[in-house]
Amino acid sequence: MHQQKLLGSRSLILVALLLAALALFPAMVSRYYIYLVALMMVTGLLATSLNMVLGFGGMYQFNHAVFYGVGAYAAALLTVRGGVNPWWGYLLGPVVAAALSLLMGLICVRLSKLYFGMLQISLGSLVWAVVFRWYSFTGGDDGMHGVPVPPLISSIDGAYYFVLIVTVVCLAVMYLIVNSPFGRVFESIRDNPERAEAIGVNVRLHQLIGLVIAGFFGGVAGTLFVTVEGSVFPDMLFWTLSLEVIIMCLLGGWFTFLGPMLGGGMVVALRAVVGIYTDYWTMVLGIILMLLIFFLPQGVLGFFLARLGRGRTAGEGD
Amino acid sequence: MLKVQNLRKSFGPFLAVSDANLTVAQGEIVAVIGPNGAGKTTLFKLITGQLKPDQGQVVFKGQDIAGLSPHRVCRRGLSLSYQVVSVFPRMSVFENVRVAVLARRRQVLRLFTPAVRLAGKETWEILSNVGLADKADVISGTLSHGDSKVLEMAIALGNRPELLIMDEPTAGMSPEETRATMGLIQRLSGDMGITILFCEHDMELVFNLAQRIMVMRQGETIAQGTCDEVRCDENVQQAYLGGHGDA
Repeated sequence: MHQQKLLGSRSLILVALLLAALALFPAMVSRYYIYLVALMMVTGLLATSLNMVLGFGGMYQFNHAVFYGVGAYAAALLTVRGGVNPWWGYLLGPVVAAALSLLMGLICVRLSKLYFGMLQISLGSLVWAVVFRWYSFTGGDDGMHGVPVPPLISSIDGAYYFVLIVTVVCLAVMYLIVNSPFGRVFESIRDNPERAEAIGVNVRLHQLIGLVIAGFFGGVAGTLFVTVEGSVFPDMLFWTLSLEVIIMCLLGGWFTFLGPMLGGGMVVALRAVVGIYTDYWTMVLGIILMLLIFFLPQGVLGFFLARLGRGRTAGEGD
Repeated sequence: MLKVQNLRKSFGPFLAVSDANLTVAQGEIVAVIGPNGAGKTTLFKLITGQLKPDQGQVVFKGQDIAGLSPHRVCRRGLSLSYQVVSVFPRMSVFENVRVAVLARRRQVLRLFTPAVRLAGKETWEILSNVGLADKADVISGTLSHGDSKVLEMAIALGNRPELLIMDEPTAGMSPEETRATMGLIQRLSGDMGITILFCEHDMELVFNLAQRIMVMRQGETIAQGTCDEVRCDENVQQAYLGGHGDA
């Protein structure tokens, strides 16, 4: 018979080791590296949230950064303008992002593939323009700086551990969702929406729920960014970042669960290194993308899993 | 159980189905035959909701289902197995069938129960029944054509249909595979009591399996009856021998 568990014992040991290393990490390195790894986790979480609909749902969400930005702005605005406790900002930021995702989803979900993506970009740009122009409320192109962070997590160590815990919890929840009946059926929609409809699945409803989940976790990543940086700015919503997040998913492997996490981390680390030598980061990113398409169409993690002979979709029939 | 009346569908100026009529009683095996382009596939898509008819009625278990969306038609107990293989190519054979079982059980919106704990037993039963159990872990996109067609049927069975519609179930199969599929269809009808409606170009298969036959030509029903009645029908002889005889 086949295994009935979500994680094999080998994977569990690997995860435990990785977590232990991440927990001990701040004691061993300088502030800068703590900050960098925290940012890698935030970005990885953002990419993973996009991959819920991109890799597992086959939906070309071209505006995902909007939910990242809106989550961050909602948390910052609630704290600064609304004067509420920052913790409430953290809780409500993702909810606002999910609500926006629901609204945009209701408008876009009728369209297929490319048209869906195009409309998503235009709606996303609309939100960006509002944030970018509304100086009196959002701070316009300056963004907002010095957003209050709860004292418990205002130190760099505190922020790091907060990011680590929230990221792990979010990943666990998303892993559950990916492996739930919802996730399986979402994959079947990715593979063949017409057939999914023919076996009795309400495809539009399924896709809408997927979008709300992705928007919510994108919003969580946004609030974590506020924790790490203490500021928000309109670039967080801009379409170039949306594109970069897609590249992270492709780079890490969009048919694997942890691929986008890896891809996000790699892009942040690369940018930190490349930034020392040149300002032309987008050119470097473009070259990476080209190499990726030609040599690693499955992404880095997808490539290694295939080498090990147990790709996610392949190994988990039970 | 199923009654199709005066069904009509055009694509622009082209009249694909002009006047289709069909009755299928509970427990029957009914075949639809006709030359290429007669409108058989279109008829099946009209019945299952993939296409919306311009005119006419599709009555299933006493209710008009014409124009309902495919997932609603499916939930009433009517499944389609496709002519052109249409499976979930990146998923394993097992998961292909499991999603159909999950869909029938209305469990598709569960977010936090691991899917591996659900529908496993039923999925195994279906796979063993159709003879795909040993290929359960194979990624379905890599299956041979014959196996893909069997998987087509297995997915449709995952919905536990009362009426199973099969669009050329043996198209492209080897003679052995065709024989195995014939046996399978007989078992589905005999042991499981599923009502079956299919279309096929293989006349030997049609006359061996079907209890009744409906003949289409140029979008129109020209005859319906038992095998013998259809064989002796003048219109049918003309359709097959006079000018359109490609079957």
